[in-house]
Amino acid sequence: MIKTYREALTEAMREELQRDDSVILMGEDVGVYGGGFGVTEGLIAEFGADRVIDTPVSETAFVGTAIGAAATGMRPVVELMFSDFMAVCWDQIMNEAAKMHFMYGLDVPVVIRSASGAGTGASAQHSQSLENMYAHVPGLKVVMPSDPHDAKGLLKSAIRDNNPVIFLEPKTLYGKKGEVPENEYTVPIGKAFVKREGSDVTLISYGRMMEVCYEAAERLATDGISAEIVDICTISPLDKETVLDSVRKTGRVAIVHEAVSFGGFGAEISAMITEEAFSALKAPVKRLGAAYCPTPSAIKEESNVFPTADKVTAAVKSLF
Amino acid sequence: MKKNMKNYYEELLLRMMMIHDFEEEIMRLYHEGAVHGTLHLCLGEEAVDVGSTAVLKDKDYIYTTHRGHGVCLGRGADVNSVMAEILGRVTGSNKGRGGSMHICDRERGLMGSNGIVGANAPLACGAALTIKLKGIKDAVSVCFSGDGAANTGAVLESMNLAGVWKLPIIFVLVENHYAVSTVVERASANVDFSKRAEPFGLQCFETDGNDIIAVMDTMAKAREYTVTNMRPCLVIEHTYRVAGHSKSDTNKYRSEEEINYWVERGPIRRFKDKLTAECISTVNELEHIEKKAHEIVSNAIDYALGQPEAAQDIEELLGAVYAD
Repeated sequence: MIKTYREALTEAMREELQRDDSVILMGEDVGVYGGGFGVTEGLIAEFGADRVIDTPVSETAFVGTAIGAAATGMRPVVELMFSDFMAVCWDQIMNEAAKMHFMYGLDVPVVIRSASGAGTGASAQHSQSLENMYAHVPGLKVVMPSDPHDAKGLLKSAIRDNNPVIFLEPKTLYGKKGEVPENEYTVPIGKAFVKREGSDVTLISYGRMMEVCYEAAERLATDGISAEIVDICTISPLDKETVLDSVRKTGRVAIVHEAVSFGGFGAEISAMITEEAFSALKAPVKRLGAAYCPTPSAIKEESNVFPTADKVTAAVKSLF
Repeated sequence: MKKNMKNYYEELLLRMMMIHDFEEEIMRLYHEGAVHGTLHLCLGEEAVDVGSTAVLKDKDYIYTTHRGHGVCLGRGADVNSVMAEILGRVTGSNKGRGGSMHICDRERGLMGSNGIVGANAPLACGAALTIKLKGIKDAVSVCFSGDGAANTGAVLESMNLAGVWKLPIIFVLVENHYAVSTVVERASANVDFSKRAEPFGLQCFETDGNDIIAVMDTMAKAREYTVTNMRPCLVIEHTYRVAGHSKSDTNKYRSEEEINYWVERGPIRRFKDKLTAECISTVNELEHIEKKAHEIVSNAIDYALGQPEAAQDIEELLGAVYAD
C-alpha cells in the first residue's frame, strides 16, 4: 500500500504501542499537537496521556528521563523536534545512554527520533546533519531511513532493540510516498541495501541524498554509465560488507551525504574502502557533502551548499 | 527493644566506620600506586551515606555521584566487589570497566555512580517514571547531588520535571560546602537551597547531615511523604567534605583550622559520643566495632588483591559495547 514516510513512522509506533505495554512516547508536543512534524498525530487519542507524554522544553531532563526509564524497564521513544537540539541534551546521550551497557551492564532500549537535515529553509540551527557526531560514540546505534518502507521497518526494529538508537528522519522526506507492506515486517538495523543495481560506479548514500543519487543515476544511464546505489540506512554499526562488495564489483565510488563533507561520515566510508578494497579501485574515491559553512536560509543559497544531481553526475564522470 | 536498638545503632556505626576506613585505605593504596585512576572520597559525609540509605527499600532505585563509594557501601554493596572494582579486578562490581566513579549494584538498586556532575538527576527521574507507569508499590527513586550539582541545568530541569509529572523521587542535596574548591557562597546566589523546593512543587525536608539519626528520621519522613502522596521531594543534608575534592586536592582554598573544626564535629565522633553518653554502648564496645570495621576493609583489600586483574582482550571489550 502506498503511504507517506510520515504515515509509515506513525504506523510503526502505533503497532509497537499495541504490541508492548512498556513502549511509551515522549517529547515536546507529541500529544494533541501531533509532534513537530505530525508524526505522532492521533496516538494520544488512541493510547492516552500516560503513554504519549508531552514534555516541558527541557531536553536534558526529558531525554535523560527516557534513558533512565529505559534502563529500568520501559521502552521509550523520544521525539527531539530537530536533531540540532541533540546539542542541548548530548551529555545524557553521549555520557550516559551510550556507556550504560558497557559500564553497568544495563540494557537501554530507548529510541531518540529526530528530524534531520536541510532543504526547508530552516537555517543554521534547524538544518544540520550531525550523524557523524553520534556515530563517533561507541554504544549508540544511528539509523537514517530514506523511504517509507525502511522508515517503518527500521523504526520497529529500533523500538525492539535493547540499545540506544538515534533515529534520524530527513525532514524533506516526511511527505514522500512509497510502498509499505500490509503485513508485519521489520528492517534490520546494521544492514545496508543495494537499492539500484549497476556495474560501472557505486553511489553510496543515505537519507535525503538518496533521491539525488537516483536522479544522478538516471542521467548517468543516458550517458552509458551504469550506477549502483547503496543505501547505508544504518550509519552505525556500519554494514561494511555490502559497501565493499559493491565497490569490488564496480571499482568506482562516489559517497554522497547531506552532512558537511569535512570530517563527515563519507570520510569514514572512504577510509574504510581504501583500507579494505584499495586494489579494487579504478579511480580515487569521491566525496560529496555540504560545503563547510552553516546552512543559509535563502532557497538558492541553501541549495548551493548541498550536493545536487548535477554535482553528483559531474563528479562521477570525472572518475572515468 | 533497647537491645535491638543497640544492635542496630552499632551496625550503623560499623557501617560508617567501615566507609571511613575504606576511604582512607584506598587513598593509601593510591599513594602506593595500586589504584589506577582518580578517587573522590566521602570522609566527613559518612552519616549522609549510611543514614540516607538505611531507610531505603530493595525496590528503590539509587543514583549517586562521582563521590559515591559511601552511598554504595552504605546501602550494602558488597565491600569486596567495590574494592575489587577500584583496584581494577575482573571480579569488581563493574568487571573493572567502571572504576571509582561508576560503582553499581543493581540488586541493591544502585544504578551506577555517575562521573558527570548533575547528570544522574534525569536518569533518576526516568526510574521514577518507570515506578509510576508500572504502578510499582512502595518504591521511590533517589537522586544524590552535591551543592555544586545543584546549579546544573540537569538538576534544575529534573526538579521541575519531577514536580510537573508528580514523580516518586527524592532529591537528596548534600550540602558539603565545596564544589572542588569553590565554596557554596561563591557559587549559589542564595545558599538557602530550601527556597528551591516550592517553585518546583517539591516538599522540602532539611537536616543536619552529620547527625545520623536525624538523617535517617528525615529520609524516612521524606520517603513516607513521596510514597504516600506520589509526589517528589527535596531533602537537604548539611555536612562538610573533610576529604579533598579528589586525590589531587592540596586544600589551598581552606585552612587547617576550618577542616579541624569539622573533623571535631564529624558524624562518626558525634555518634560515638551519643552512644556512650546515652549508655547504649561502652567505650570498649566501640573500640571493638572500630576494629571490626578495619578487619572488613583489610579483608576486602586482601580479597581484591588476590583477584585477577581485569585484562579482557579487545574482542571481549567490543562484545560489551552493545546489548544483545
